[in-house]
Amino acid sequence: MAEVSCRKVVKEYDAGVQAVKGIDLDISDHEFVVLVGPSGCGKSTTLRMIAGLEEVTSGEIWIDGDVVNDVPPRDRDIAMVFQNYALYPHMSVFDNMAFGLKLRKFPKQEISRRVDEAARILDITPLLDRKPRALSGGQRQRVAMGRAIVRNPKVFLFDEPLSNLDAKLRVQMRTEIKKVHQTVRTTTVYVTHDQIEAMTLADRVVVMNGGNIEQVGAPQELYHHPATRFVAGFIGSPAMNFLPCRVQDGTNGGLAVRVTDSITLPIPPARMDRYGKFKDRSMILGLRPEHLFEYHEQAKPGWTRVELPVDVVEPMGMETMVHFFVDGVPVCARVDPATHAEPNEILPLTADLNQMHLMEPETGRVV
Amino acid sequence: MSTTVAERRIAVAAQRKHSLHRSRMWALWGSYIALSVFVVMFLVPPFYTLMTSLKSSAEISAQTGSPWLVRHPTLENFWYLITYPNFQRYYLNSIIVTILTVAVSMVISVLAAFSLSRMGFWGSQTLSTGVFLTYLVPPSLLFIPLFQIIGQLGLINNFWCLVLLYPTLAVPFCTWIMIGYFSSIPKELDEAALIDGAGYLQMLWKIFIPVAMPGIIAATIFAFTVSWGAFLYPLAYLYTSNQMVLTVGIISDLIRGDVFQWGKIMAACLLASLPPIVIYAFLMDYYVAGLTAGATKG
Amino acid sequence: MADGTSVPIDVIAPGQVRARRNTMQRFAQRRSTTGFFLCLPLILLIAAFVIYPAFYAIYLSMLNKKMTAFVGLGNFQFLLKRHTFQLVIFQSCLFAVTSVVLKAVIGFILAHLMHNIPGKNQRIWRGLLLVPWVIPLALSTLTWWWMFDPSYSAFNWVLNQFGIDNVPWLGVGWTARFCTIAVNVWYGTPFFMIMYLAALKSVPEQLYEAAAIDGANTIQKLFFVTLPMMRNIIAITVLFSLIVTFADFDIVRILTAGGPQDMTHVFATYAFQIGIQSGDIPLGAADSLFMFPILAFAAFFVLRGVTRRTKEIAA
Repeated sequence: MAEVSCRKVVKEYDAGVQAVKGIDLDISDHEFVVLVGPSGCGKSTTLRMIAGLEEVTSGEIWIDGDVVNDVPPRDRDIAMVFQNYALYPHMSVFDNMAFGLKLRKFPKQEISRRVDEAARILDITPLLDRKPRALSGGQRQRVAMGRAIVRNPKVFLFDEPLSNLDAKLRVQMRTEIKKVHQTVRTTTVYVTHDQIEAMTLADRVVVMNGGNIEQVGAPQELYHHPATRFVAGFIGSPAMNFLPCRVQDGTNGGLAVRVTDSITLPIPPARMDRYGKFKDRSMILGLRPEHLFEYHEQAKPGWTRVELPVDVVEPMGMETMVHFFVDGVPVCARVDPATHAEPNEILPLTADLNQMHLMEPETGRVV
Repeated sequence: MSTTVAERRIAVAAQRKHSLHRSRMWALWGSYIALSVFVVMFLVPPFYTLMTSLKSSAEISAQTGSPWLVRHPTLENFWYLITYPNFQRYYLNSIIVTILTVAVSMVISVLAAFSLSRMGFWGSQTLSTGVFLTYLVPPSLLFIPLFQIIGQLGLINNFWCLVLLYPTLAVPFCTWIMIGYFSSIPKELDEAALIDGAGYLQMLWKIFIPVAMPGIIAATIFAFTVSWGAFLYPLAYLYTSNQMVLTVGIISDLIRGDVFQWGKIMAACLLASLPPIVIYAFLMDYYVAGLTAGATKG
Repeated sequence: MADGTSVPIDVIAPGQVRARRNTMQRFAQRRSTTGFFLCLPLILLIAAFVIYPAFYAIYLSMLNKKMTAFVGLGNFQFLLKRHTFQLVIFQSCLFAVTSVVLKAVIGFILAHLMHNIPGKNQRIWRGLLLVPWVIPLALSTLTWWWMFDPSYSAFNWVLNQFGIDNVPWLGVGWTARFCTIAVNVWYGTPFFMIMYLAALKSVPEQLYEAAAIDGANTIQKLFFVTLPMMRNIIAITVLFSLIVTFADFDIVRILTAGGPQDMTHVFATYAFQIGIQSGDIPLGAADSLFMFPILAFAAFFVLRGVTRRTKEIAA
C-alpha cells in the first residue's frame, strides 16, 4: 500500500498537443480516488502515466516515496484493470490470475493460495478452469479484478472498468468494487467518464477537463460546492441549468437576479455579501433540476415561484422531468409525478434559491 | 361475400408464397447442379492421375480401350517408387528443405511481424510496405542473378541453396499476415502483460504466439506449400539426382529422353502431392484463412 | 503525501533534471532498438536475396555473353529485334490477360453459386473446388501433359468417341497456347472463387434487403450492391493474379517447354532457356527485366487497393 503523487505532470504527444497540462495530485494510502471527466480530458493518460504505460513528458510521478518516471511498469508494483478486461484468451481463469506471479517466480503453493483467496473474495472459485470466452461480461470483470488482487500491489489502477457492461450489471459491479476495496484497502486510482460511478465509489473525486484538474474533493463537496461551471455541469444528473442573468437591486433593499424581463429571482439574504460585488454585472445563474420543482403553497425562505411554459414532459416513475425554454435556453425541472403538466401549458414551479450558484461568464468560476 | 374475398386473398398469398418458395428451390438446385459440373471438371486431372498410377506399364502401352478406366489395378508403380533409392532421396530432400524453410521463415516472420505491429521504429512503416511489395516479386524475375549469386556462394547443385532462397518467397507473405493477426490483438493485452511483469520476448512467446495461433498455422501452411511445390529454383540450380527435390526429381528421373513411364510418373505425382493434400484436408479453414488474409493490411 | 521523502520539483538541480531526461529518452529508444533488431533477419534476407539481386540483374543485363564487356542497353535492343522475343511478349500478354479474365469470370460465377447454397454445405464444396490450387502446380501440370499426350491422349479418346479426329494438343501453336491457358485457368480459378466468396460474405445482408425493398431485381442487386461492394477485392485479386500469371514458369515449361516453334514461350521460360540452358546469363537477365515495368505497375495498384480495403474494414 502506498501513496501516489503527481507533480506538475505534463504529457505531450508528438504533434505538440498536450494531453495533460501539468497536474498536481496527492493520493494518500488506502484512498479510493476517481478521475472523472469527458473523453479526451486527460484522465486515462494520467492513469497510464501512473501505470508506466505512457512516458511522462515532464514533471514527476511518485509511488510510495520514489520517483517512478523511469521505472518500467512491471517494477512499479501496480496492478491495472482494463476497460475490455484484457484477459489472455488462451489461458484459463486460474492462469490469467497466476500469470503475473509466475513471471515473478513465486512458489507454486503461494500462487495457488493467493489465487484461491482472490477467487473466494470475488466469488469466482467455480470458474477457475474456464477460458475467458466461456465467461459472461461480469465474470470477466471479476477475473480482471482477481488478476489485480492476487498481485497484492501497492496501487490498483482501474481504466473505465465498467463501461463495457450493461447498465444493470454496472450497478452491481460498482458495489462489488467498493466492497473489494473495503476488504483489501489498497490505494486505488479509478478512471471513469460516468459521474455517478465517480460519486458512488470515490473517497475523493478528481474532475478533469482539457488536460487540467478542475476540482478535487469529496463527492458531496463537488455536488454542493462546485468550483467551476464545468464541475457544476458535470456532476449531477440531469445536468445543472445555466441561465444568463444580471445581478441587480431587489425589493426591500435586497439583491435579485434578473433572468428575463418577466423572471426576476430574489437572492436569499445569506448570499447577499457574496454576490453584492457583482451588482450590475452579467452572470450565469446555475440551478440544479432538483432545486426547481412543483409549486408548494407553504414556501420556505429562499423559495420563489416561477411560471414557465412546458415544452416536453418525461415521466420517469418516481419523478417527472419537465423541460422548458427560457429565452431559448433549455431548462429542466424535476417535479413530483403527481404534478399535472401538459405541453404548451404554463406550469407554476418553485425555485429553491438557497441552492443557487452564480458564475462569472468569462472564467466559469463559481463565486 | 366478405369471407370469400378474404379467402381468395389468402389463397393468392399462399400461391405467391408457394411460387417464391419454388423459385428459391430452383435457384438452390441450379446452384448444386452447376457446382457439380465444375467439381467434375476440376477433379478430372487428379482422377486421371489416380487411374494412371494404378495401371501397369503394359496396360498403358497397350493403348486399347478407355484410358479413363483401369482394368487391372496394381500397386506396382507405388511399390517401385517406394523402393527406388532416387525417389526416396528426392522425398527426403524435399522434407529436409521444407522443414528448414518453414522453421527459418516462421522465426524470421514472427519476430519481424511482432516488431512491425507493435514497436514502431524509424522506417518501420516503409518496411511493412516493402515487405508487401517483396511478396509481389515472382521467383522468375530474379532467378538469373540469383543463379550467379548462388554460384559465387558455391551452392550450385546443392539443395542447401533452396533453404537460403525459399524463405525469400515465404517470409514476405508470412510476415504480412502475421502483422495482420498481431495487430488484431488488443493493445491492452500487451499492457496487461507489461504490468504483469513480462518482457518483450516473454510477451511474444507467452501471449502473442498462443493468441495468434490460427495465424501462425496459416502462415506455416503457406511456407510449407511454397517450399514443397516450388519448381523454378530447383530446376535451375540443381542437376544431380542426389541433390534434387521431388518437383524436379520426378521430371528428370522418370522421363528419360522420350521414354515416359507415365504410370510411375503419375504415382510419383500422387505421392508427392500427398503431404499438401493431407494438410489441406485437416486444416482447410486455416488454409483458406491464409489465402484470403493477403488482401488486407495489418 | 504523508511521508517526508518527496522533494518539490523546483528544488532539484538542473543537472539532475537533464540526467533524468536522458534516461527517459534511452527508455524510449530501447523499445525501437529492440524492434529494429527483431526485424534485422527480415531486412538482411530481403537485402541479400531480393534487393541486391535486383540491382545485380540490371548490371548483368548490360554485359556481353561472356560477361567480359559492358554493352549498355545492347541486350535489350537485341532482344527487341528478335522475332522469337516479339512472340514472347505477345504470348506472355495473351497468356496472362486471357487466363486472368477467364479465372476472374469463372471464379465470380463459382463464388455466386457457392453463396447460393446453405452455409453448412459450403465447406464440402469449397473443399472439392480448391483441390486444383492445393496440388503443387508442377505436379498437376504433369498430369495435364499426360492427358494432352498425342498418342494415347485421354482427351483425344473422348473426342474419338464422338467421331472427331485426334487433336495434336501441344503440337500446334495456337492449340498449345490454348492448352497452357486452360491449365492456368484450371489451377487459378479456385483462388478467385475463395477471394470472391470471402468478399461476398462481407457484404451486409441488410444492403440486399434495402435494395429489394427499393425494388431492385437480381441483376440490379448485382450491379448496384454486389459489384460496388466487391470492387476493391476484385481489383486486388485480378492484379495480384496478373502478376503471378504473367511471371508463370511451371505450366509452360512442363507442357511445351516453349514449343512448338517458340510459340508458347513466356518471359520466364524464355529467360530460363537463354539464361540457364544456353548459358547467356546477361541476355536472360535482360529478358526477365522486361517483366519489371508491368509487374511494378500491377504491384502499385495492388498496394493501393490493399491499403484502401484495410481502411474499409477498419471503418
